[in-house]
Amino acid sequence: MQSSSSWLADYFERVWFMNPTLAAVLSVILGVGICMALIPIIPGFGSYLERKVCADLQQRIGPNRAGFLPFGIMQAVADGIKTIQKEDLIPEHADRFLFKSAPYICVIGVFSCFAVIPFSGAGPLSALNLGVYYILSISSLMAVGIVLAGWASNSKWTLLGGIRSAGQMISYEIPIALSVVTVAMVAGTLNMSGLTAAQRLGWNIGFWNSNIFVTLSFPVYWIAALAECNRTPFDIPEAESELVAGYFTEYSGLRFSFFAMAEYAEMFVVSAMAVVLYFGGFYLPFEGIMPWIMDLSGGRLTLIHFAVFLGKVWALMYLMIWIRWTLPRYRIDQLMDLCWKALIPIAFVNFMGAACWMALLG
Amino acid sequence: MVTTRSTLHTQEMILNMGPHHPSTHGVLRLILRLDGEVVEGVIPDVGYLHRGIEKIGEGLTYRQFIPYTDRIEYLASMNMNHLYCMAVEKLAGIEVPERAEYIRVIMAELNRIISHIIGCGALAMDLGAFTPFLYGVVEREKCNDLMEMTCGQRLTYNYLRIGGVSQDLPQGFEEKTEKFLNEIKDRWDEINKLISANEIFIQRLANVAVLSVEDAFSYNITGPNLRACGVDWDLRRDEPYSVYDRFDFQVPVGRGERGAVGDCYNRYMIRVREVYESIKIVHQALNRIPVGDVMAKVSKLFKPPAGEVFMRAENPRGEMAVFIESDGSDKPYRIKFKAPSFNALAVFNKICRGHMVSDLAAVIGSFDIVMPEVDR
Repeated sequence: MQSSSSWLADYFERVWFMNPTLAAVLSVILGVGICMALIPIIPGFGSYLERKVCADLQQRIGPNRAGFLPFGIMQAVADGIKTIQKEDLIPEHADRFLFKSAPYICVIGVFSCFAVIPFSGAGPLSALNLGVYYILSISSLMAVGIVLAGWASNSKWTLLGGIRSAGQMISYEIPIALSVVTVAMVAGTLNMSGLTAAQRLGWNIGFWNSNIFVTLSFPVYWIAALAECNRTPFDIPEAESELVAGYFTEYSGLRFSFFAMAEYAEMFVVSAMAVVLYFGGFYLPFEGIMPWIMDLSGGRLTLIHFAVFLGKVWALMYLMIWIRWTLPRYRIDQLMDLCWKALIPIAFVNFMGAACWMALLG
Repeated sequence: MVTTRSTLHTQEMILNMGPHHPSTHGVLRLILRLDGEVVEGVIPDVGYLHRGIEKIGEGLTYRQFIPYTDRIEYLASMNMNHLYCMAVEKLAGIEVPERAEYIRVIMAELNRIISHIIGCGALAMDLGAFTPFLYGVVEREKCNDLMEMTCGQRLTYNYLRIGGVSQDLPQGFEEKTEKFLNEIKDRWDEINKLISANEIFIQRLANVAVLSVEDAFSYNITGPNLRACGVDWDLRRDEPYSVYDRFDFQVPVGRGERGAVGDCYNRYMIRVREVYESIKIVHQALNRIPVGDVMAKVSKLFKPPAGEVFMRAENPRGEMAVFIESDGSDKPYRIKFKAPSFNALAVFNKICRGHMVSDLAAVIGSFDIVMPEVDR
């Protein structure tokens, strides 16, 4: 599979006659640089969307004053500038090193996932063959960061939040992994671009025309993904009405905003995963049998694909926000019950069912 | 109920919940003994909002004290005004004009509606569902407009007077109130659809912090919290004061729809159903309200005879009671209130054991604790 960075390296070599090694290194640095510069836009827009959508659901107007642009679009920028100005407080008896490093670990864990997300036909930054596996493992770093934050703050509230999140995030990785494996098995690949390509034909809704169990695994994936991002009804690690603010109670300023950034980026990542696994990635529905779309030139097609991908992801983000402002929150033991007694058995049945389907009908 | 059994070495943790905590509804401090997340003991620490209102009352004339009763329970100021004025009228033997009685009932029941809206909304908010609260606040705002139209205030009304009310209902009040009642009924149905049948909401409340009838009696739990235990007792019906005996309304009693009788869900549902009953009462009162004076003849220098009086009334949070001792001067010798939330706090240690920290938010919300009435 092609990746954006290999495409860049190719470009450097052919057009600028660069040394291949230098071209490869430069392309990776450039690609990562561009990504890291652009990713923070996602949490910014995510927080703006969250505030606007929740205001809409609650019959309010939401932010509409900040800056010179209409509809309060500058609110995210204003929030960012505000958090930079805040004092960086560290509690007196906190473990300073761990306290300082926890937000970075969260951010690194989430931002690394963007390397393998195929935004368009130009491919992801890195065409890793184990793309899905890579996302599952590297995003677990977030749990480490949260537990560290909870522990290092030396506060009982944050400790409770950290311990809760450790239990929650580790448990909910199992249904996610089982659902993902179901899809990967049917598509026959763990590569994100390969998974997308496997859905080029049809409605792109979880291979529904080829295997019903894949479609059924989407609700399981989605519920577990909500828990993975600590979103309501599973936001018990931060549970503002119980634990004040959970694991990041003691954080302020930029470090606090790093946690918020990591949360919104994580939402984006799990939504992008859902799009890749179940909603046909960057393809339009039935794109494989649409003649006019094949006639388009590469650049235009890439742009359309990019827009389609982002559109699908933000639609799922909207769904997440909608759920958050509608439902109450689970208790920790009920949350564990849901995971171990409902989601994991269902995910497992889906997995077995999909395998049987492939063996009998495939 | 969660039980933990372990051979590992564990240590009890003491956790201060409050006085500034998002779900303690004001400045309540709970000292929790925790085993992990399981609550082993709850010690409520009250007094952070003590303003000495009862002592202040001894230095004021009977009339001057009315605004202070607003501040004792700011979510049900009309009910507090009503209780205090009734007690003083009983002490001095003043006959209140019938129209004033009807106005008082209308106001008290409107206040009960908006108090329950806040109570139920805040409970949902404590459980993480933010939106129902704001839906309720929209309706509360309309009711506040009605109150403002009547007496010029939106929260602490100071509307009732000893011997009547400060002024008659304004023009157009009846029509606007009817309109509000119809709207609140529709909206209350909608809010109910949103949360009351929500499975997560029910799981969080059902069978949590079950209060038995014996405990309720021995801790003197009253009002909706008592009715949630299955006790059919409502002062408005069983010991009617004012003109409550002329209205036809049901008293909701806990039925244990989704769990044991006396759990958090019952306490919540009682309040939900009471709103409908209050709507009925206001409807009837508006239809039957007579014309006439709204103030009895009370002398400017008001001096009730020496003696003492005890009066209780059904407030949104339970039976509020007041004791006034008069020495024959223009100032009360002693005023003492008995607040229902205070008793509700006392029972926490008994019913919260074995539940989790998260449940405490549900318990505080379901008892609908209001701190100024506890501390006074």
